[in-house]
Amino acid sequence: MRNKLYAPIILLLVLAFLIGPFIIIIAASLSAGETLSFPPQGLSLRWVIKVFEVESFRASFGISMFLAIGGTLAALILGIPASYALSRYKVPGAETIRTIVSSPIIVPGIIVGLALLRYFVVPFNFGILLALFLAHTALILPYAVRVVSASLNNLRSDIEEAAVLLGCSRTGAFFRVVMPNIRGGILAAFILGFVTSFNQVPVSLFLSGPGVRTLPIDMLSYMEITYDPSVAALSALLAFMSLGIVFLAERFLGFSRYV
Amino acid sequence: MSDSRFLCLEKLTLSYGKNVAVPEMDLDIGKGELVALLGPSGCGKTTTMRAIAGLMEPSSGSIILDGANITRVPANKRPVGLVFQSYALFPHLNVYENVAFGLKLMGIKGKQLDERVVDGLKTVGLSQYATRKPAELSGGQQQRVSLARSMVMEPKVLLLDEPLSNLDARLRLEMRTELQRVQKESGVTMIFVTHDQVEALAMADRIIVMLDGHIEQIGTPEQIYNNPASDFVADFVGFENVFERDGNKIKTLSGDVTVSGDIAPTTKGLAWRPTMVTLGEGPYEGTVRGTSFAGGTREYLLDTPLGQIKAECDASLPAHDFGAALKFDLPVHKAAQLARTGSL
Ligand SMILES: Nc1ncnc2c1ncn2[C@@H]1O[C@H](COP(=O)(O)OP(=O)(O)OP(=O)(O)O)[C@@H](O)[C@H]1O
Ligand SMILES: [Mg+2]
Repeated sequence: MRNKLYAPIILLLVLAFLIGPFIIIIAASLSAGETLSFPPQGLSLRWVIKVFEVESFRASFGISMFLAIGGTLAALILGIPASYALSRYKVPGAETIRTIVSSPIIVPGIIVGLALLRYFVVPFNFGILLALFLAHTALILPYAVRVVSASLNNLRSDIEEAAVLLGCSRTGAFFRVVMPNIRGGILAAFILGFVTSFNQVPVSLFLSGPGVRTLPIDMLSYMEITYDPSVAALSALLAFMSLGIVFLAERFLGFSRYV
Repeated sequence: MSDSRFLCLEKLTLSYGKNVAVPEMDLDIGKGELVALLGPSGCGKTTTMRAIAGLMEPSSGSIILDGANITRVPANKRPVGLVFQSYALFPHLNVYENVAFGLKLMGIKGKQLDERVVDGLKTVGLSQYATRKPAELSGGQQQRVSLARSMVMEPKVLLLDEPLSNLDARLRLEMRTELQRVQKESGVTMIFVTHDQVEALAMADRIIVMLDGHIEQIGTPEQIYNNPASDFVADFVGFENVFERDGNKIKTLSGDVTVSGDIAPTTKGLAWRPTMVTLGEGPYEGTVRGTSFAGGTREYLLDTPLGQIKAECDASLPAHDFGAALKFDLPVHKAAQLARTGSL
């Protein structure tokens, strides 16, 4: 009897813990007041509208989009062949390679960012955008390799030989029978990479410079000066964007199968 | 090129790195033949098939098909089809698209494409499943799609690697007849791998028995079944009592035993099926160590001075109890005379 009562309560607490901040942000962003506060002081959409009027938000949104899409595409272009080689050929030291390829996941982002800044951007005089792009690609690569590898491992390799015997070249077989069958995995990797990159703070923090910063960094610096609810409104909008993407992915692809 | 040398392997050597799986194999297969490649696990059946299909490069020797040397022809240019044990259907394509896959690559389109695919599906009785995905088919149906996919390419040789081993017993019987029918109707030269001698005997025009990378014997099912050439083949087709022969003696556990009867001078060994052992009378005696009822017959395992003997007799005869002493004979005129021994 007691157990029956505890279970829903715990579930509710967990949900509150997970969704609570989200609700607070939405509420705060709808505030009519001048400063970030909860509960909101009155209701209005002025801060939501304000988000679209802030010039730097627009610019950094563009940069973040570019990094998330470009970085993820680059990571996939590198990651798909890498995953393929790891799963199909007896590469010597495959395990070591796998570990190295997934290392950024275990190394804290701050360290990655600092290392990139100290050893690449400064000595080689990389442009900030290029550095950010490379850093994001490197960050997403492990996700790309993992997710794509998982769907490659579920795919029998003899269908490639079957395709070859029916007249395909080896490369033709890859594009005709491997790619279509790992499409779901690739899309899942794309979404995961996109969201990861978009929400990335620590690495970008080190690399962002004057004029070139990602949206989360821009929000941080905006808050240092202004404490109005537009940051909350922007956060809510971004959260909705992420949710929307994941929802669509789940709806059409069964996204959760791949992650 | 004569019809009996349609597909020839000449001193074909196949290796994995330093390990030679198949050394210097010679083999001729006739046009339109249905051949079974029979042998125990690991003897090189799959390796040989993959080499013929071009999925594996031979380390030496050559493959001649229809008069042309195809040893160096890449797999995607060979007129050879292979049906995989796992079927290897393309999961993202439906049945129709799977069958059309190779034809499209050949540049066949439109009405002609449709006709050949529909024809192929009809041959294997799957017309009504054209729009299903492979995952929505039973094992036997997947097998048929795989067969149709290779058949529509009109290969000169069709190879099947253990085509029936993933099917349950009833389907296996059904597919046996199906495969035979498709082969006879199309006249395609077909080689199928199996390690089930019953399957090989039932289906094939000719059987190639392989052991450790070499060919032990080639022959018709009757030849293999009645006149095995070696102790290994004899054992494989059910001659469970095998002895080496020396003059008019056979070598047994308790030394040489003289047997009487006509033995060809070249015979190296003698072998008896359990049913060929005479029970209840004869010069030898053994103790019943095991007995099992097999429907129409009863099987006995005897401990004898010659070694263990397996015998089988009509179940209507009175049964012999465990531990009973039993006279028996190994009549030489019934025995298979083996040309080679030492492979067991
Ligand atoms: N990829 C491989 N790498 C190294 N050795 C291999 C490989 N494939 C097969 N072999 C070896 O070659 C020999 C022949 O193998 P093969 O697969 O041709 O046997 P098979 O007759 O098809 O056996 P089964 O009935 O079990 O399928 C075996 O000794 C096997 O260990
Ligand atoms: Mg095999």
